[in-house]
Parts: sequence; structure tokens; C-alpha cells
Amino acid sequence: MAAYLARRLLQSVLILLGVSFITYVLLYVLPADPVRQIAGRSATAETVENIRHELGLDRPFIVQYGRYLAGLVQGDLGRSYLQKSQVAELIASRLPATLLLMLGAILCELAIGLTFGVLAALKRGTFLDQTLMMASFITVSAPQFVVSLLLLYVFAVKLGWFPIGGYGTFAHLVLPALTLGILGSGWYSRMMRSSMIEVLRADFIRTARAKGLTRARVVLGHALPNAILPVIAMIGIDIGIFMGGIVVVESVFGWPGIGQLAWQAIQRVDIPIIMGVTLVSALAIVLGNLLADLVAPFIDPRIKLK
Amino acid sequence: MLTDLPESQMRSIRGDRIAMIFQEPMTSLNPVMTVGSQLAEAIRAHETVSRRDARARALEALRAVRLSQPERRMGQYPHELSGGMRQRVMIAMALALRPEVLIADEPTTALDVTVQREVLDLLRDLQRETGTAIILITHDMGVVAEMADRVIVMRHGTMVEEAPAAQLFAAPQAQYTRDLLAAVPRMGNGATRGPVTTDPVARLSDVVVRFPLKGGVLGRTTHQVHAVEGVSFDIRRGETFALVGESGCGKSTIAKAMVGLVPHQGRIEVAGQPLVGLGGVGLKALRRRVQMVFQDPMAALDPRMTVGDQIAEPLLIHGIGTTPDRRARAADLMARVGLTADQLDRYPHEFSGGQRQRICIARALALQPDLIIADESVSALDVSVQAKVLDLLRALQQEFGIAFLFISHDMAVVENISDRVGVMYLGQIVELGTRRQVFGNPQHPYTRRLIEAVPVPDPSHQRASHARLSGEVPSPVHPVGGGPARLPLADIGDGHLVAAAG
Repeated sequence: MAAYLARRLLQSVLILLGVSFITYVLLYVLPADPVRQIAGRSATAETVENIRHELGLDRPFIVQYGRYLAGLVQGDLGRSYLQKSQVAELIASRLPATLLLMLGAILCELAIGLTFGVLAALKRGTFLDQTLMMASFITVSAPQFVVSLLLLYVFAVKLGWFPIGGYGTFAHLVLPALTLGILGSGWYSRMMRSSMIEVLRADFIRTARAKGLTRARVVLGHALPNAILPVIAMIGIDIGIFMGGIVVVESVFGWPGIGQLAWQAIQRVDIPIIMGVTLVSALAIVLGNLLADLVAPFIDPRIKLK
Repeated sequence: MLTDLPESQMRSIRGDRIAMIFQEPMTSLNPVMTVGSQLAEAIRAHETVSRRDARARALEALRAVRLSQPERRMGQYPHELSGGMRQRVMIAMALALRPEVLIADEPTTALDVTVQREVLDLLRDLQRETGTAIILITHDMGVVAEMADRVIVMRHGTMVEEAPAAQLFAAPQAQYTRDLLAAVPRMGNGATRGPVTTDPVARLSDVVVRFPLKGGVLGRTTHQVHAVEGVSFDIRRGETFALVGESGCGKSTIAKAMVGLVPHQGRIEVAGQPLVGLGGVGLKALRRRVQMVFQDPMAALDPRMTVGDQIAEPLLIHGIGTTPDRRARAADLMARVGLTADQLDRYPHEFSGGQRQRICIARALALQPDLIIADESVSALDVSVQAKVLDLLRALQQEFGIAFLFISHDMAVVENISDRVGVMYLGQIVELGTRRQVFGNPQHPYTRRLIEAVPVPDPSHQRASHARLSGEVPSPVHPVGGGPARLPLADIGDGHLVAAAG
């Protein structure tokens, strides 16, 4: 177990290193010039070069990346070009809001997705099944801004049940979390449905019925714990998909998380922030996957971590 | 009427008054629940007892099926138990509530022959103690002869014949029953053939196959599965050499090593050519001389390719003939295995299991190999079909002089088809000799155990009352550097090799 964890953490470090390199290369070859953003339109060529030199952006790529890595090893994510504050501090101040939103969204997602998936599997081929699968198809393909604006219009503007945007109370959380939850639920309901259908055909379900168990006990006690196994692995991967979705949703609902931070930084070519947010997202994905793998043996005793 | 009851009332009958056990012990238990909870749950579904009392009764049920270390088994998961142990758990679960009827649907078909013997003995003993009626569903006439009081023969959904077991075997009334009984392979029926040549097609000496198990931070090999451990034998031109043994004894691994599908140590020679160091070209040439026929013909055939194309494909791969030539050859082969040329453009799902196996045989014949490895090739077929496929193999051998390596767990089939036999146990050969030597004069205790365990399709047969079999096969997994003791073979006369009992 300890050996497994050590190996996985080593792998994670290598993955993060790879992510940092690729992101750095992409930002380097980008035609947008961060120095122009900092200096402003009216700056002279001399000022521009001074700033460039000051930030070390006139050095060769390898030197720039090397310096970034050297800082990273000491836990230094660098300083924002425009906000003049430490990137680590900026992210730390935004992270709790994002984590809260993510938690709310995953709970919504699972509640909707798993329930619909199980129902569809149990009522396979009926009108209910077809309706739920059609709905899941729509949620999978609907753009985030459409769903978020729709929810905002109905529940905040028309009905006034929830605030239009902002952060602070539970009511603020409901709409953004629901948006992400609805969007993600389609994958889960489809996956849960096919997994459940497969498990319901298994021999041990026949055994459970032959024992004379009630239908509820067969479904909840025997089918569900087996059907949910592939879904657990999916949650780990899902955290990555979230990081993409969170940028739009945080902007629409004015949610002060790292998605919003990233959005602003991208517009201004604030490279240290973009790098920082990318690395934190990558870390979240890596840890999410690791967590899913660590949880799996508790649900499926056949899985051994080696 | 049972069939008129609504689901709610059926539920209270299931498990309580009519219990059931199934064919596949590997998949019939819930993999994520402990044995103890699955047993206790069955009890609590029908009786209002406390959790603690239910567990106590579950433990009692495990003891009743004579499972070793019952207290420990309660907390274990199904994957930690062997097939035989799982089937005992199923029986314990079925009999815990003392049902009036137990339906046993092919309860021993998926088990090794010695384990089958243990489970059948157990079922009979429990029946004697509890007085439960058993409806035994099986295709195995040997099991019928040993277990049944009354027999119903079924075909295409209808009852063909009903009779007391002794009467059914002695004087079958229906034609179908007679055919069925005639097709059953019986020990002692093997035809003796004249000695074949001593010219070897394949020769194995001291072959070892080990699979690494990795662990630790750096994923180093810490343990090895000793699948095959120092096996030597040769296969002579035109003969049928059989390897018998139970699951996990390494017999299929030898087959894979012989066609270069798993790496091996030691020396394997096919047609005088050593396998070691063969590259892509060499292996391709080798595969022209050695072909395989597997257990499940449906899985071995591509469902989206016509059988004609599949039979001709080996010729295509080896660049033999033109397209019309290959088609003519495929048609010829179809006829040779008892099918017709107009079936060439059909797909595998349009054929029956026996026909599909014939197609696989035709495909193996396409390159006119010296040796065909038949890995459990008739195990999945019904007895009447099995007999016909075995006849076909024999006829093809006569005609083309092909040698067969026949791998099987079925002693009766092996006894019927083989010229020479090797008995494998835990990766080693424990006895090797002609069919007559091994079956007529078995020397190694394991060989005797295998032969004695085979159910005899004759109700009047008296089974020698010897000690009941028990115990589990030891693990073939050893730490790196360690390994099982090699069992040297001693010649006890006329090339009959026997390992010292280890």
C-alpha cells in the first residue's frame, strides 16, 4: 500500500512536470505579448524593452522555463504581471470557492445522474427510459452558457428564488452547482444505465432472486454496489472536465473562484496566473484519479493496489 | 399451481421451500459481499431472526457442507475461494433453510473432475441427512448414473422418456435415449492401434514457463507463477498425444509455448527446428506446421467474416495460391469436415456449435500442418456432437497422418482418443505412457485419483468405497529464487514413466 502510494505520487510529479512544460511552450509560442499588456498602448519602445528585461522575458526559452521550475520546486508560483501579488496567494484566496462549487456540482451530478441511470435500467425499453435517455443526450450536448442563463432567467429573474449572482450563502451556491450538475449528469446516467443493465443480467442477481429476496433488496443490495464500480473511476476523471466548465459558469454567476481568475488572466496574457491555475487544475485531476483508485478497493474487494 | 402464483408469493417460496444452485460457481455469488453476509441474508429473507442468530446459522450451514475453516470463510469474499469452495457456499446457502426441493442446474459441469466428485458426494450425503428432493439438471450421463433415482430425457423442449435410472440405462426405450447413451464416452472403450513411428514431430525437453508477479515501489518481480516446471515429452508423427490434468495444471500453457505465444525456457523443437530465437519469419513458418483448435468455436471465429474467408485466410496469410485456388481449397476442406461448399458464404452464427468446431478444424487443416494442437476442443460440445467430432479427428489423422496434441480435462475422452498420455499436476508431468499403461495400470496416486473421480455412466457400477477426497491444490506461486521440488520420472518398464509420489 505504501509502495503503491509512493509510486503513484512519483508518477503524479512527472505528470505535473509534463503539464508545466507543455503549457509553458504553448504560452511562449503564443503571438500575444504580455509586455504590451502591462506597458499599455502609449508606452515607448524603450519602456517595453525595460519591462521585458525586468520580467526576464528577453531570455531564451530554456532559461525562462528553468527559472520558473526552480521557483516551482520551492513552492513559488511567481508573481502576477498585472496584479503585482503572489500567484500562490491569489489562487489560495480563490480556491475555497471553487472547491465548494465543485463539491456541490458533483453531488448534484451524482444525485441526478445515478438516479436517472438506475431508473432507466430498471424500466429498460419503456417510455420512461427513452425520455430519460433523451434528456441525458440533451444535457450532454447543451452548451454551458445556455443552461446557466436559462436557469438564471427562470429561477433568479422570474421566480426570484435564488440570487442572480455572487457568493456567500447556500442560496448563492444552488444555481451554479445545479448548472454544472445538470450538464454532467448525462454522462453518469448513460454510464449507470449500461452498467446496471449488465449487472442485472449477472448470475449472482439470479442467485439473489432464487434466495427469495425482495426486488428492492436485489436492486439496492446486490445490483447497485456492483454497477457503481465503473462510475467511481469516472468521478476521478470528471474533476478535469469540471475545471473546463467552471470557467464559464463562474463568469456567468460571478462566482469568485479560480475559473474566473483564469478567465481574466487569459484575457490579459498574465502568464504566471495562467500557469498557476493550469498546474492547480492538473493537480486536482491527478489527485482526483488517485483518490478514485484508493477508494475502489473499499467498494470492490477484488481490487488490490500493487 | 405454482405457475399461477403472483411474484410476491413466489418470492416467499424461493429459497425457503425451493432452493437452487447453478452451473457457474465463479459468477453466481456477489463479488462485493462477504460469504457470511450472503448466507445470512438468505436466512433473514425468510425468517425473522436477529443478525447475530442468522450469522450463527450461516456458520452452521458452512460446517454442514464441510468447508474448511468455516469461521474464516464467513468474512471472505467469493474471489478468495476456489471454484469447488464457492459451489459449497452455494449449496450451504441453498440448504440453510432446509428446502423441500433443491434444483441443481449443472452443479458440477464447470468443476474439475476431482472437485466434481467431492461435490457430488456432498450432495448425496446432505440429501440423506435432510431428505431434500433434488432435481438434477445435467448433460453428463455419468453424473446421472451416479446420482439419479428417476430420469427424464428431454429433447427440443419435450420429454422423450421417463424411467427409473437403472431401467433407463439397461433398457432405453426411445431412439434418442439410445443414441445418447451410445455417444457417451466410456472408459475402457479406446481402440488399440498398432505402434506408430518413433519419428518425432515435436520434442520438448525440460520446458519451463514462469509468469512474473510484480510488486514494490519500482514494480520489480517479487514472485513467479510456476505454470510449467521442467516438462519433457515428444509427439510422434501421426499419433495422438494427450495431456490431461485439472484447471491450472499448465497444460494449456504448454500449448501456447509450443506456438511461441508465451516465452519459455528449455528446449522446444518442432519438426527438428528449435523455437528459441525464432524471429517473425521463423515463427510464421513454424505456424504453418503447427495449428491450433480451441475450446469455444464461437469465440475463435470472427463473427463478421464468412466461414469461407476464414478457412482460406491461413492460405492468404502464407501467400499460397490465387483467390480462386484458395476458394476451391476452402470448399474442399468444408466437404472434408462434413459440411458443404454452398455454406462457404455464411457467417459463424448460422451454424451450430458442432458445425462451428468443424469449421475451426477445416481452418486448421488448410495449411496441411504436421501437428494440430487441440486445446479442450470438444469440451464445450454436447456428447452426441462430441462423439462425431472425435470420429472426424480420428478419420483426418488416418488420412493425412497428422499428429494431435490433445489437451483435455476429460479422462473418458482422452482414454478414447489418445495413443499416449501425459498426466500433469501443478506444472509437472507425474505420469506418462501409452494409453494402456496409464489407464490400465495407473501408478501415480494423482492419476488414480483422476481416474477414480470420473463418474461412470452405469448405475450398477459399484464405486470402491475409498477415503473421501478433500484438500485444496497447493499454490503454484513462489518467491523469486524459490520453486516447487522437481519430481524426477522413473521408467517402470516399456517407457511408462512415473514420478515419485510427492
